[in-house]
Amino acid sequence: MIREFASADVFYLLLAARWTIGLALVAAIGGGLLGLLIALARILPFAPLNWLAIGYINIIQGTPLLGQLFVFFFGLPLLGFPVGAWTAAAISLSLYASAFLGEIWRGALQSVAKRQWEAGAALGLTYRQRFTHVVIPQAVRISIAPTVGFLVQLVKNTSLTALIGFVELTRASQIITAATFAPLTVYLTAAAIYFVICFTLSQLSRVLERRLHGAR
Amino acid sequence: MALVRMEGVVKRFGALEVLKSIDLSVEPGEIVAVIGRSGSGKSTMLRCVNGLEPVQEGLIEVAGINVTAPGADLNALRARVGMVFQSFNLFPHLNVERNIMLALKLVRKTPKAEAQDIAVRMLEKVGLGDKRLAYPDELSGGQQQRVAIARSLAMEPTLMLFDEITSALDPELVGDVLRVLEGLAGEGMTMMLVTHEMSFARNVADRLVFMHEGRIHEDGPARETLTDPQTAELQSFLNAVLH
Ligand SMILES: Nc1ncnc2c1ncn2[C@@H]1O[C@H](COP(=O)(O)OP(=O)(O)OP(=O)(O)O)[C@@H](O)[C@H]1O
Ligand SMILES: [Mg+2]
Repeated sequence: MIREFASADVFYLLLAARWTIGLALVAAIGGGLLGLLIALARILPFAPLNWLAIGYINIIQGTPLLGQLFVFFFGLPLLGFPVGAWTAAAISLSLYASAFLGEIWRGALQSVAKRQWEAGAALGLTYRQRFTHVVIPQAVRISIAPTVGFLVQLVKNTSLTALIGFVELTRASQIITAATFAPLTVYLTAAAIYFVICFTLSQLSRVLERRLHGAR
Repeated sequence: MALVRMEGVVKRFGALEVLKSIDLSVEPGEIVAVIGRSGSGKSTMLRCVNGLEPVQEGLIEVAGINVTAPGADLNALRARVGMVFQSFNLFPHLNVERNIMLALKLVRKTPKAEAQDIAVRMLEKVGLGDKRLAYPDELSGGQQQRVAIARSLAMEPTLMLFDEITSALDPELVGDVLRVLEGLAGEGMTMMLVTHEMSFARNVADRLVFMHEGRIHEDGPARETLTDPQTAELQSFLNAVLH
């Protein structure tokens, strides 16, 4: 039975958006922690570790996210690990984020010039002190914009999980569209919600950058 | 006893032999100007003195510390040997004062208030007492270079190494930096400085070392050596830079 698109539907979409945000948050945190390890594994002077990290990054970056979702959603149960849509989505988006964040942060760390390392060394700072007091603060500043840029992509990419039946904003829109047959209204509403989330993120990055610039 | 002693030092980058058996002693209070063509190994020699470059052969001893011994505590050595580079290398995320305080706090464990006093004193010494809170990118090249010198001096070094510290500066800013060096010379600081400022070498340095193809080709009192070079290579180098 077809019904009118009503304010209750907007509310339903907003509730579903919580899962979009939740999933993006989990992937950002999980991917962030793993991404730090990936960045270190790329940088530390130990070749096998470097190769391992490069291989991992290539696999993740070289395959579609949707494929990765399917692998975890359909593949893990075949291996005897039954997973729900949420778990499969959380795992695959985290791995996906880790490869990209790892590369962003590696780039930031390596873009801090060799001369900065040397300036620290010439003052008698230990390797660790050079890393934590000279290189990392500069790398953080460099990496804010690309990191937030990627997180915005991540928020939008959570919509792919609709295809394995995870009910987030996009899946919820499909469900309401089926009931109301008002695709334009529904998807415009969903788009507006996505926009608000992503716009807030990029504004946050502005503020953060400005604050760090004030304190250099 | 010599403050710096280099004996038979050989430095290679892969197959390229950049330092070919360097022997050099620097006495406390001595000011040694190092000159030579581009690529003759001046920077490399300086960088070997504080262990920034490991050497393949020979012995380097600085202030009684054997730099070339395996497991030498290079960080302890570097805390006592200041080095200033051509490209300033201030920490861009820290203001001037905190640039100076960083190593004091981390390496010397100086309490914050005391480190701050030292920073102020050093800045006044290089004529930048009013730039305490500025960030490096708000300063001219000459000012940045003087902060870099202040940052090194704050560690109370027994030896200062300067590698072409005025080469990247606009000509009108060179004088301020050289005046700081003259002040240091007046205080009896031991210095090794790579420079292209021949008049500075002549007037301020005690001793002149001319490097040529990885060797010390001439070594003598600055004024005499510059006035009366003993080798054809130094003669032609001086002709090239002075004319
Ligand atoms: N890290 C490095 N790896 C390989 N070769 C190097 C390295 N550093 C210096 N060299 C080489 O060593 C030689 C001496 O270099 P060095 O920088 O000591 O010369 P320099 O006398 O300081 O020259 P300049 O006046 O141009 O600064 C050059 O041939 C240079 O290319
Ligand atoms: Mg040089």
